[in-house]
Amino acid sequence: MSSATLYGLCGAVLVGLGLFGLIVHPQLLRKILAFNLIGSGVFLLFGVVARKGAAAGFGGDPVPQALVITGLVVAFAATALAIALLLRLFEQTGQVTLRSDG
Amino acid sequence: MPNSATAGGFLLVLAIVLPVAGVLLSVALGGRQAERIALIIMPAGLAVAVAIAAGVWRSHSVLRYFVGGWDPPLGIAFRADGLSSVMIVTAALLICGIGLFARTQFPTPRGAETRTSLVFWTLLLAVWGALNAVFIGGDLFNLYVALELLTFAAVPLVCLDGRAETLAAALRYLLFALLGSILYLLGTVLLYGAYGTLDIVLLSSRIRAEPVAWTSVSLMTAGLLAKAALYPLHLWLPPAHAGAPAPASAILSGLVVKAPFFLVVRLWFDVMPRLPEHAAAQVLGALGAAAIIFGSVVALRQARLKLLIAYSTVAQIGYLFLMFPLAVRPETGHPWATVAWTGGVLQAVSHAFAKAAMFMAAGLIAEALGHDRVAGLAGIGRALPITVFGFGLGGLSLMGLPPSGGFVAKAMLLTAAVAEGQWWWAVIVLTGGLLAGGYVFLVLARALADPIQPLRLLTTVSPSRQAVVVAVALCAVVLGFVPLRPSELLQIGRPGIAMVRLR
Repeated sequence: MSSATLYGLCGAVLVGLGLFGLIVHPQLLRKILAFNLIGSGVFLLFGVVARKGAAAGFGGDPVPQALVITGLVVAFAATALAIALLLRLFEQTGQVTLRSDG
Repeated sequence: MPNSATAGGFLLVLAIVLPVAGVLLSVALGGRQAERIALIIMPAGLAVAVAIAAGVWRSHSVLRYFVGGWDPPLGIAFRADGLSSVMIVTAALLICGIGLFARTQFPTPRGAETRTSLVFWTLLLAVWGALNAVFIGGDLFNLYVALELLTFAAVPLVCLDGRAETLAAALRYLLFALLGSILYLLGTVLLYGAYGTLDIVLLSSRIRAEPVAWTSVSLMTAGLLAKAALYPLHLWLPPAHAGAPAPASAILSGLVVKAPFFLVVRLWFDVMPRLPEHAAAQVLGALGAAAIIFGSVVALRQARLKLLIAYSTVAQIGYLFLMFPLAVRPETGHPWATVAWTGGVLQAVSHAFAKAAMFMAAGLIAEALGHDRVAGLAGIGRALPITVFGFGLGGLSLMGLPPSGGFVAKAMLLTAAVAEGQWWWAVIVLTGGLLAGGYVFLVLARALADPIQPLRLLTTVSPSRQAVVVAVALCAVVLGFVPLRPSELLQIGRPGIAMVRLR
């Protein structure tokens, strides 16, 4: 098994774990963390793709790396927004899930 | 040279830079200036939008701009074809209308600056910039960033008032949207890994019918459906759209859900136009049909006006996806496929105007009555006749009665369905129209009834705001006068132009 395949499988496992967490866990904080886990899996795949470009003769495809950096910034902003909303919700109602409203 | 920047290309940059500059200025100068900045940017942005559409129309070709002068695949392209220019003008008109409507609701405070006024005007511009970026983006990763910007601008609009239930609605919306965008990103990385480019034009020439293409396009479509709130991924929409303040609801329901739909269209008709995917298109159509029936029936049973309108949005989004089984054909440029495609796009545009007008009307009614219970609407037709008239005009388009954009759109879908022998979609279109007639009539009948005791309004509603509602609704009506055939403007930049007249 080549290292690219190994990393690709790791990425797939992370995405799967994250999806499971996002759907199954009722707690919002866990859902947000699960989203980040999916994000990590996807970013790992970007790394694999960059590596694949390297196999084609480059010293390493820089485009996926640039995309990962942008993706990280976006995921960070998304997490910050979600946490801010969650904190406000907790301050007002004390609830940490979305269950009570249906 | 087909692949170089065109003369009007800088307009595309302006369409994004103007609203973003407004956002930055508002944040720098503070809440006391936000409204003024937005009011300056709005006419300028509208002029840019009209100039883009005029440029596309005059040159009969796609406007292009390459960032930094680098051609794809190294650089990033902005492209405006007929479809983009129509969506850009729609967005500009609606943002201006909603901005004028919102002036009384989010005024610049006299004393210390308030949070809601700063946030609303800043986010209005942010939504606009992100929408334009979605409409002209030519690179799939750039489109991902634009979609995320749109989400980040739209989610706080839901919870402007900061009540607990709107916070919960915003969080639910955000979680759906984040799942959608991460699935879209996963598809993007697979496409890049397989074909080495994310530029839409280059990709469409390289993509082949193979598992990696299917997987990535399915992932991206599923993600976009979550953002577009297609049944059964609509759960977040009603509380979010009904809980937001009226101008914000109008933006969310009229424009924001159209952006992911626009990207599905891009993906299916521009990225992979030659792949045979008829069975998958039938699935999209079936989901759309389920959305129409489910959304309309639930809308009929709502006790609150804003929730009724929100569920009607769920139903009307379903119509958008009826275009896929009808327009995705094995052979390109099939005339009925073009009719169905045009019908789907017209439905997106006319629903944007109609639904924005209805949400604004509902906002005025709620302000005047202090509640928005459908059962308590009696007499409002006499108290606010212009507002109720605007609501009715919007309803006309939802029902698909002439003259309205909704009628033209649904007539095109209907005729294409019958002509292609897929009659079951025609039944859905007609049933959805009847159900829409039901819930619009339910509201109008109550509103026009005589009240048991004389109606006392909490506030006087300014005529100018009512005029905005009617003007926006009239845009949907005017769309009813476009000819019943594939529009030339919409076809610019699309392969295989096939014109056919409906009889």
